[in-house]
Amino acid sequence: MTLHRAETRLGWGLVAPALIWTVAFFVLPFLAMVALSFAHMEGREIVAGFDFGNYVRVFTDWSQFNALLNSIEITVTVTVISVVLAWPLAAIIAWRVPPRWQRLALLLAVLPFWTSYVVRSYSWLLVLGKNGVVNQALLGVGLIAEPLELASTRSATVIGFVHFFVMLLTLTIYANLIQLSPNYARAAQDLGAGRWATFRHVILPLTLPGVVTGAFLTFVLCIGDYITPQILGGNAELTLPQLIMLQMGRSGNFPMASALSVVLMAVVTLAYAGCSRWLRLDRL
Amino acid sequence: MAQRALTALALLTLATPAFAEGTLNALVWCDHTDPALIAPFEEKYGVKVNLKEYEGTAAGLAILDQSQPGDWDVMVIDAVDVGRAVEAGRLAEIPADALPTADFFPELVMAGNNTVDGKTYAVTEKFGYNTISFDKTKVDPADMEDMAALTSGKYDGKIGIYDYYLPVLGLVALGQGIATADINAKTLPKLAEPLMALRKASRQVSDVVSSQTALATGEVDIIVGGGEWLTAVLAQDNTNLDWTIPKQGGLRWAQSIGVVAGTTQPDLALRFVQYIVSPEGQAALAQSSCYWGMPANAKAADLLSDEAKAVLRWDQQPDYLARTQLYPIPDAATDTAMQDMWTTMLNQ
Repeated sequence: MTLHRAETRLGWGLVAPALIWTVAFFVLPFLAMVALSFAHMEGREIVAGFDFGNYVRVFTDWSQFNALLNSIEITVTVTVISVVLAWPLAAIIAWRVPPRWQRLALLLAVLPFWTSYVVRSYSWLLVLGKNGVVNQALLGVGLIAEPLELASTRSATVIGFVHFFVMLLTLTIYANLIQLSPNYARAAQDLGAGRWATFRHVILPLTLPGVVTGAFLTFVLCIGDYITPQILGGNAELTLPQLIMLQMGRSGNFPMASALSVVLMAVVTLAYAGCSRWLRLDRL
Repeated sequence: MAQRALTALALLTLATPAFAEGTLNALVWCDHTDPALIAPFEEKYGVKVNLKEYEGTAAGLAILDQSQPGDWDVMVIDAVDVGRAVEAGRLAEIPADALPTADFFPELVMAGNNTVDGKTYAVTEKFGYNTISFDKTKVDPADMEDMAALTSGKYDGKIGIYDYYLPVLGLVALGQGIATADINAKTLPKLAEPLMALRKASRQVSDVVSSQTALATGEVDIIVGGGEWLTAVLAQDNTNLDWTIPKQGGLRWAQSIGVVAGTTQPDLALRFVQYIVSPEGQAALAQSSCYWGMPANAKAADLLSDEAKAVLRWDQQPDYLARTQLYPIPDAATDTAMQDMWTTMLNQ
């Protein structure tokens, strides 16, 4: 009994730093943000209160709601494209690259993480510009007569995001694939399954935890990102983080910014609820 | 009660600067973050200048509103908004005789803006113009003398808009024959259609760096809201970049610096202000790596190279000063309406 108590105390003692940290730097700030979201502006003053006006505005003011829709559309597009590109890349590294070269292949895969996020975004702006590498190459081989408008568009934002998140997803899917015994595929084929049926009914379901974990992380990081749409999107459209920054940095309307942030967190929570069944963070 | 306490906690965490011994806390614009400007002051007084960038007077005042007295020592602010900050009790009086305003360009003393009831609360430090920047090899410079050319269809998709609602809405107003001082709840709706037309003709709406990048790389050929502050840092590498004040006029931006009310180190804060408006500080500020601009103190000319003065168009200033208007000074409701119009334009 005494031993049990001592173990309990030790357990709490070990957990306490992380718990205190989380309460102090996540729970309390989050509650403060929620409280602020119910305040409102009177002229240039913030007035504390319990007012749903900010939330009503998010869903009734088209320019605000459109930013939410833009964020969701871009995030879903990025997540789907990244998964489609990352799965075969991870499979090639896991199954085709000799084990001794796999570390190098993974290192190359994560190289983009080593550069500054802002620098990488501006680099893409130069690559996709009218006089950028892409347009110059297409003009050079005669595929186009006029430069394509690639920079400062949603496409540019998606390309910038996909470049980053394919690498992230490759890691999570690779971690899943490398643990799969080849006997699963052999057993399926012994039982008469073709290559497609083996992939569709055996391999793919077994890699879902890695796919969903990476996809969820992609969703969370992408929908909350401000830098990439700000630099690459050219304000061709607003995303939710951009709108939050406008409310904070320009209007000083912290209650509205808080309400938008709470809505953003709600979307992420819904995404988590939707894929929690397959989420396996231990695959990371 | 708990909700109010949490709201107060949120506001407190938003506003508190980093504290350190021998630190001057300054709310500034990005041009003050250039080490070439700040390092000489730090070395001379043996202090660290803690710089926090902000954008837009509303955001700056919100930060002060949510801070404790003494958190901030100096503040850079739009010259046209000094009165607003004084009214809110955010700026402290500065002894007028401690400032070298006798050396300033007369138009930049701006006593009507920097003083309230005969007391000085801020001093102009830098100015310039929000007009039209362009690549003269890609567009007809004669077209840039008339704002109507921007929405004529000739330059559709070749225009970038500087992402700051006050100067661009001011330019749009001038294009409609409305003086910037006359932008109010009654006249603002008249700007919606021309603003949306400009947006339709434009390729992007972007911040300082992205606007510079777009003009430099040929992504766009025109930046509405640009000026010497946008093209000067690019001029050495690309002499094709130019700017002009169209016949409808342009906007003159002017930034002031003042001592924040409640500072616990008023002497050091004043010395920082004095350094910034000294010829040395002015020359460094004029050529800041973030953006260039004309120094308010004319004596900075002695420390600027001929090339730098040429880029700043030192000799044309009398003409430019005569043809430009100050930023709009909207009341709170009009300011909110202007920002809402801007957000709608961005999401068009």
